[in-house]
Amino acid sequence: MYSGEILKSMKKVEAARAKNVQLEPRRMTAEEKDTLLATYHPDYKQDQFAVLQVGPNKGEKVPTELAALLQANSRVNPDKLDLSKVDYDVDVLVIGGGGAGSSAAIEADEAGAKVMIVTKLRIGDANTMMAEGGIQAADKPNDSPAIHYLDAMGGGHFTNKPELLSKLVLEAPSAIQWLNNLGVEFDKAPDGTMITTHGGGTSRKRMHAAKDYSGAEIMRTLRDEVLNRQIPVVDFTAAIELILDEQGKAAGAVLLNMETQEIKIARAKTVIIATGGAGRLHYQGFPTSNHYGATADGLILGYRAGAKLLYADTLQYHPTGVAYPEQIFGALVTEKVRSVGAMLINSEGEAFMHPLETRDVSAASIIRECSTNGKGVHTGNGGVGVWLDTPMIEMKGGAGTIEKRIPAMMRMFAKYDIDIRKVPILVYPTLHYQNGGLEITPDGMTGIENLFVAGEAVGGIHGRNRLMGNSLLDIIVFGRSAGKNAAAKSHDVKVGELTLSHVKKFAKEMEEAGIHSEIVSPKLLPDYRRPRTTL
Amino acid sequence: MENMVNVFLMGKKYEVPASLTIMGAMEYAGYQLVRGCGCRNGFCGACATIYRIKGERELHACLACQTQVQENMYIATLPFFPLEKQVYDIEEVKPTEQIMMQLYPEIYSCIGCNACTKSCTQELNVMQYIAYAQRGEYEKCAEESFDCVMCGVCSSRCPAGISHPQVALLARRLNGKYIAPKAEHLEHRVEEIQHGDFNSLIENLMQKPIDELKELYNTREIEK
Repeated sequence: MYSGEILKSMKKVEAARAKNVQLEPRRMTAEEKDTLLATYHPDYKQDQFAVLQVGPNKGEKVPTELAALLQANSRVNPDKLDLSKVDYDVDVLVIGGGGAGSSAAIEADEAGAKVMIVTKLRIGDANTMMAEGGIQAADKPNDSPAIHYLDAMGGGHFTNKPELLSKLVLEAPSAIQWLNNLGVEFDKAPDGTMITTHGGGTSRKRMHAAKDYSGAEIMRTLRDEVLNRQIPVVDFTAAIELILDEQGKAAGAVLLNMETQEIKIARAKTVIIATGGAGRLHYQGFPTSNHYGATADGLILGYRAGAKLLYADTLQYHPTGVAYPEQIFGALVTEKVRSVGAMLINSEGEAFMHPLETRDVSAASIIRECSTNGKGVHTGNGGVGVWLDTPMIEMKGGAGTIEKRIPAMMRMFAKYDIDIRKVPILVYPTLHYQNGGLEITPDGMTGIENLFVAGEAVGGIHGRNRLMGNSLLDIIVFGRSAGKNAAAKSHDVKVGELTLSHVKKFAKEMEEAGIHSEIVSPKLLPDYRRPRTTL
Repeated sequence: MENMVNVFLMGKKYEVPASLTIMGAMEYAGYQLVRGCGCRNGFCGACATIYRIKGERELHACLACQTQVQENMYIATLPFFPLEKQVYDIEEVKPTEQIMMQLYPEIYSCIGCNACTKSCTQELNVMQYIAYAQRGEYEKCAEESFDCVMCGVCSSRCPAGISHPQVALLARRLNGKYIAPKAEHLEHRVEEIQHGDFNSLIENLMQKPIDELKELYNTREIEK
């Protein structure tokens, strides 16, 4: 529970609650938002970015941590690897076992292709599993895919690729239907009507959820379906390099057993990168809400093979990561907490912003409140945060709302003796999502023939800022689509000779650019060990 | 100096800061985790862990990422447990009592010891949801088991060899697909889209200059 300065501030929040709960703070104007973002959003901190000197995006800036991995050494020596000894030979190779990879595998299997999933941890160890809040789809009578399109386009600062976004919104209802038909449980009223809420930046209530285990419910169902279909899942095995054929088309991957370090070769007619995000790169020193393996591996693999990145310089900092207690520092407090009624309150008990601005705006606003405005709550150990006033939820929705709608949040804090029904919680932005990624056409293919991408590794769907609930949606829409298209494409592919010449070529370009890196990539896993004297 | 405690990782003693989670303590001690670490946020069930405080009789189960260390904690991780998952076709099965009898007949061997419930890392009433499954009450089983992260600790403690998380998953899929009421507005909207009802609206938006889009966005009506 709280003590000291935190407790003193909490008393102010309690005292102001009856008044605050009645308020609906005004939304910021477009100009106010632009100024706020430019001043406080981490994406605008120029010294945190580096300009790429080699590869398809040469001359463009990306976060320094990502640049270091993009312009690093391969884990393999192409001259020492025998690619003629093929261990796995499939039609469709899916790299990554999260929501996008599993959806792709299910659809490729449905289309009759021989498909295999490789994943560096277990199937389901993915950001999908941790997505709490929900999934958007314009399926209510007062809503339409066009309104969904406009919301997402505005949230993304009008930089979304229109042809990707239109696919996202038009296929959203059928994505929900597909999931429901697989047995995913959605929150419904007794007559079957989906219970939907707002997310930040939505103009209609189109957030579908499964309590606050939305992603977990989807992921465990998809995983079960993959297993029912007996699709081979090679787990604890990372892809560490793509393999191309002599025509430069994707033709497989070099695989690494994470435990035994054994190398295997997978040959495939088409390859789908579904490796997810990058939170574990801890850009700008931020904590992250991401799973353990979120290290941008797919971006590294794709880039080294010649695929282009789009918007790799833009990240999403979720406004409400846990600021206290420190054991769960940076963990996600779902946006749904605000969807169901909690407001953001500063140390003085003031509702300083509308709780459902878009994520980038909300994060920047919280950072401003805790810095320039000096109205953050100091949490000890140098941390700071603002209040998310959870007891408001039951004032608005009635007793029992929290347990019914956000049980995971209640459980997470209860372990540290914080009953979110009775006391508010402290939050601060946490690194949450990779807005950018590999560029694709609407069929899911990159500029490299037979190389597809789906899920968080894709760039362009969400522009420079994603709305809540559009990520669970995109992994399903673009995952399924990549699976179908990769399977269809595989019919006509005759794989040529396998080669890693692109890896040598990239190394040569680095040398010519004068880059000498000590780093190998992809990173695969973060290292949280205490620095010690070791062998 | 930080407040430190002694913990025993797989029986070996390490001194670690008292503020850490069990997972954090393992990393502090020097383990580079590959197994037994997934989402690090209490959703994936990768880090099931058994512990006992030295000198106490009671055995505890928890998720390593969600549990703070204590003095004299004896810790054994359970990164994998062989659950039995039966393969079925979701389109072919029906939400009848028979399906559990066919796929997971061992649930009827439950001896009511309640070890599953006592060990659940999510504090679910596991034995109760198995009882619902036995009776074919899948809606209740789904609700009671909903927060399951499939860590498998319950099954590790079960004398009847039940794979509780798999039973619950089947119940939830049956409930989600067959028992819960259909969302008619969803089916209606899917048909409208298939019929092409929104294509021209979207195409219209796709072709608009950004300034017009901005104007539309900034003045759009927001549902209360």
